[in-house]
Amino acid sequence: MYEFTYHRAGSLDDAKAKLSAGDDATLMAGGMTLIPTLKQRLAMPSDVIDLGGIDGLAGIRAEGDALVIGAMTKHDAVANSAEVKAFCPALAELAGMIGDPMVRNRGTIGGSVANNDPAADYPSAVLGLGATVITDAREIAADDFFTGMFETALKPGEIIREFRFPKPKRAAYGKFPNPASRYAIVGVFVAETGGGVRVAVTGAAACVFRHAAMEAALAGNFAADALSGLQGEAAEMNSDIHASAEYRAHLVGVMARRAVASVA
Amino acid sequence: MPSVSMTVNGKPVFGEVEGRTLLVQFLREHLGLTGTHVGCDTTQCGACTVHVNGEAVKSCTFLALMAEGAAVTTIEGLADGDTLHPMQEAFRENHGLQCGFCTPGMVMSGVALASRNGAPGEREVRDWLEGNLCRCTGYHNIVKSIMAGARAMSGQS
Repeated sequence: MYEFTYHRAGSLDDAKAKLSAGDDATLMAGGMTLIPTLKQRLAMPSDVIDLGGIDGLAGIRAEGDALVIGAMTKHDAVANSAEVKAFCPALAELAGMIGDPMVRNRGTIGGSVANNDPAADYPSAVLGLGATVITDAREIAADDFFTGMFETALKPGEIIREFRFPKPKRAAYGKFPNPASRYAIVGVFVAETGGGVRVAVTGAAACVFRHAAMEAALAGNFAADALSGLQGEAAEMNSDIHASAEYRAHLVGVMARRAVASVA
Repeated sequence: MPSVSMTVNGKPVFGEVEGRTLLVQFLREHLGLTGTHVGCDTTQCGACTVHVNGEAVKSCTFLALMAEGAAVTTIEGLADGDTLHPMQEAFRENHGLQCGFCTPGMVMSGVALASRNGAPGEREVRDWLEGNLCRCTGYHNIVKSIMAGARAMSGQS
């Protein structure tokens, strides 16, 4: 790691002040991506501002019919929350499939979503459930949030405070994990929501995306059979040592059908 | 240089570290607690697993300064004098190790599982060990050890 100055922020305002005071400061949530990135010398921030000490950023609460999850809520807390399990079992299951127990004890939903790794699990749930990302400045619809590989609509210095999830009628997550890292080689989050059927695909392409043809097919008939013949577009898929673009395209169809079959 | 203070195995400790100093470096190089191992240094193998405020974490992916004020437990903190912790005893009884390099992390991870589930089944133990790698591939006895250790910890024989 290159040298940097570590700061523990006491509040969101404190974090913002420290962020703008540094030459090239960066925020850290659970550190499960940032610390390995620093160790590989892929980043050289002047200052690392730890959000872990800020009160009120972690927690799960009902808000009307919606569920609000604080940005610094750990994966382990979401995976084991009775409230999340009752609200949307697929969301708790997804959180329990991230990494391993030690990673889930540190990694946070806000860190995962802000980082927008193409193979991260949470972006598919946020997009698939049509959640709202609430920052210190504004509310951003999931459909407008994920803009590209490791890119989001967050402005420099903007910090996610929490996520508001509308209650789905039913939802499921089909994941084909990388057997070593447990990142999604392909993950498909399927949800029947008040606003229609949503299908969000992660791991497959440069950025999480909605699969319009699958959504249309499931709107008419919420059954695995309705998806027959539908899969990913190989030309748009990632290709690496773990899976070719054609294989990923195929997996998009398989994971979507498995997800639908589990709740149909 | 910034300073950090925490409790390690019940004892208050203090040290001067850089921002980039990892918790595992602080434990091994500043405190001489070399029972916590660095295997992969990439958050995968779990040999560096310790408990911070009761939760298992990978100390190679945790800055020393993040542990300010925390209670840290390492493999050295488990035994009570000459009496092994029930999880350590179970590893000895079941020959839950081959070369032994991953063992400190396996034991710390096993204790963390046992604190949640006093009678885990084989499937639960194997799922839980996603984050602990044994390059000897000696998982069979490790799983047996953790099942026995968890039962011993919860007072079942």
